[in-house]
Order: sequence, then C-alpha cells, then structure tokens
Amino acid sequence: MYKSWWKILGAILVIYSTVFGFLSSVPALPILHESIRNLYFHVPMWFSMIVLFSVSVFHSIKYLSTNNEVHDMKAVQSVNAGIVFGLLGIVTGAIWAKFTWGQAWSFDVKQNFAAIALLLYFAYLVLRNAIDEEQKRAKIAAIYNIFAFPMMVVLLFVLPRLSDSLHPGNGGNPGFNSYDLDRHMRMVFYPACLGWILIGYWIYTILFRVSSLEKNKIV
Amino acid sequence: MQLIKEVKYLIGKELLLEWRSKYALNGVVLYVVSTIFVCFLSFVSLRGITWNALFWIIMLFASINAVSKSFLQESKGRQLYIYTIASPLALIISKTIYNILLMLLLTLIALGFYTLVFDYVPEDMGLYLVAVILGSLSFSTIFTMISAIASKAGNGGMLMAILSFPVIIPVITVLIKLSKNAIDGLDRSVSLDEIGILLIINVLVAVFSLMLFPYLWRD
Repeated sequence: MYKSWWKILGAILVIYSTVFGFLSSVPALPILHESIRNLYFHVPMWFSMIVLFSVSVFHSIKYLSTNNEVHDMKAVQSVNAGIVFGLLGIVTGAIWAKFTWGQAWSFDVKQNFAAIALLLYFAYLVLRNAIDEEQKRAKIAAIYNIFAFPMMVVLLFVLPRLSDSLHPGNGGNPGFNSYDLDRHMRMVFYPACLGWILIGYWIYTILFRVSSLEKNKIV
Repeated sequence: MQLIKEVKYLIGKELLLEWRSKYALNGVVLYVVSTIFVCFLSFVSLRGITWNALFWIIMLFASINAVSKSFLQESKGRQLYIYTIASPLALIISKTIYNILLMLLLTLIALGFYTLVFDYVPEDMGLYLVAVILGSLSFSTIFTMISAIASKAGNGGMLMAILSFPVIIPVITVLIKLSKNAIDGLDRSVSLDEIGILLIINVLVAVFSLMLFPYLWRD
C-alpha cells in the first residue's frame, strides 16, 4: 500500500479531473466557448510526454555511464509510453481544432513541430530495429536519444515562440494566461496534469516490467 | 596541445585524400549543378519564396550526400587504424571542420550557379550569404554526428536520411525564414533572432557531439 500511493493518487486525480472537467464552470471566452474544457485533456498529454521522454534521456545517460542493459530497457519503454501520449496529444488537439479552427490540421507552428518531435522518436525506434547486436543497439540508440533531446526542446519550446500560433494565448487569441485561467479552471487543470503524469509513469513501469519478464523468459 | 596537433594532422589527411582522388568534391559539385540544371529546365523561371525553398531543398539533399561520406566511406580497417593513433575528440573535430570547409565551398558554388541560371538575386545579398554560411555550418555539424551514428549502425544511406531529417527540419525552417527576410530586403535588425537561434543550435549540437562521440567511437 505505502509503495503504490502514487498510483492511487494518479487514478483519483484523473477521475476527478475527467468528471469535474465536464461539470465545472468555465469562463465564457470568444472562439473557445465550451471547447475550453479540452485544456484538461490535451495539455496534460504533452506534459506527460515530455516527462516520459526526459525519463528516457536520463536512463540513456545512465546506460552510457554504467553499460547496464536495464537502463536501456527503461529508456526504450519510456519512449514507447511517451509516444502514446504524444499521439493522444495530437489527436485531442486535432479534434479540438476541427471544431474551433474549422480544420483538423491547420498550418499551425505548434502542431507541425509537435509532429516533427514525434518523428524524432519514431526515428529512434527505427534505429533500434536496424541493429541486431544488443549491446551495440543499446549504445547507439542511447547516443541518438541524447543527441535528439535538445532538438526536441528547441522544437517544442523555442521555435514556437518565434512565430504566431493559432493556439489560445498566442497571437491575440483568447487564452489561458493569468487573467484568463480563472480559479475554477486551475482547480481542475493542475490536478489533471499531475494525475496524467503519474498515470504515464505507471504505464511506463508496467511496460518495463513486462519487457524485463519477457527478456528473462518468465512469461 | 596534443589535441590541436592531432586535429591539424587529421584535417591534413582528409584534404590530402580528397586532393588525390578529387572524388567527393567533384561528385557532389556535379550532383548539385545537375540538380540545379534539372530544376531550371523544369521551372524555367522562379522568383521569391519558391526560389528560396527550392534552393534549400537542393542544398539539403546535396549536403546529406556530401557529409554522409565522411564516416560511411571509411573501411573498418582504416577506422580501427585511426582509433589506435588518434583520440576520438580529435577525430570528430577534424571531420566537422573538414565538412564545414567542404560545405562552404559547395554551397557557394551552388549559390553562384543557382543565381546565374535563374537570373535572380535576392534583395539583400549580404544577409542571404550570412544565411547560406550559417546553413552550411549547421548542416555539417549535424550531419557529421548523424553520419557517425549511421555508420556505426552499419546500415548506410536510408538510416542516414531517417535519422537526420527530424533533426534538420527545425534548422531548415529557421534558415528559410532568415533567407526569406533577405529576399524581401527587410531591415537586418529583424533577422537577429533567427541568426541567434541558428548559432545556439550549432553550439548545442557541437557540445553534444563532442560529449557523445567518444562513447560512439569505442567499440
């Protein structure tokens, strides 16, 4: 029990934020209207993805310094979990954009760069498949993972700042800035982020355990 | 000091090898010139945005071809020989510097021929030259490291493209923006942001290459 408190916390927070995400009151903003509730589902996906990819880079660095294959397994499984969250982020964003912007895929910088950031990690997985020898695969994949991470940071955090985006809060669109995001929304949004990050981490630990069992031929 | 001596010696070796066979430079220059000529025959006349985008696409493919040679071309035996006599840092620094020289020469030749056939000169040629120089700098730093990764993975050309495209896309978008400013003849102070970002990306990539290459090189 004392070891799994964070899993219970994550589950409770996600259920809480899903229920109250649909029921709580939201400020009436132009353009966004009720679709503002997507904030509770779309944005936590990206936070979880970034946390999982950071976990992966951490384990890649650990692999290079220790050569312990457990770290390699952890790195690849957290990338797998992170990609799921990235895809969910893109899908929730595209559905939302269909209703708010009128087009599932507009030429929006954040949308484009998020897709490219996912390509980086697909390339990582392809690179792993291309190498047969296990230790070599672990080493080269770890190096590419560390090399790609700063590029992902540039893609997601630096370049979108350079040009206007259609996203709320950019380029004159009503958004979730300090004066827009009111008290009620904060009370759902922050728990949603924390809850999804915990759930993402939980998924990653399960994936890791399954793959280590498979590796040891127990399953 | 040993490092500088080794770097100098390795660059000398690269230049000497290149001078003896004249294969890489002639091949790539011929590649670029014929691509530009094919584009000229199919587009006949080009202006502004399309002219700019086409130039960067041509340079992207030419530079992948030019730089990927640096590691993919070398035989296992020669790599082992270099491994025993030089430090990995000296090797990656010398390869990067050699590739920067090669790419600078190549892009300047390509730009000259490109402006010649299409008979179009950007409004602010000075700034465009800055963009081209920054472009060849970033192409060579990024592709040198990626080609090292691809050559270690032992799966040549296709892996090189898959691994490098997601990494180079952010650079290309910034480059296209910068060079479009030059084409429109905007005031140079507008472009300082882009120049800064390109320099930051280059420094990031260089630092990460220097840190990671020693791990990659040791088999």
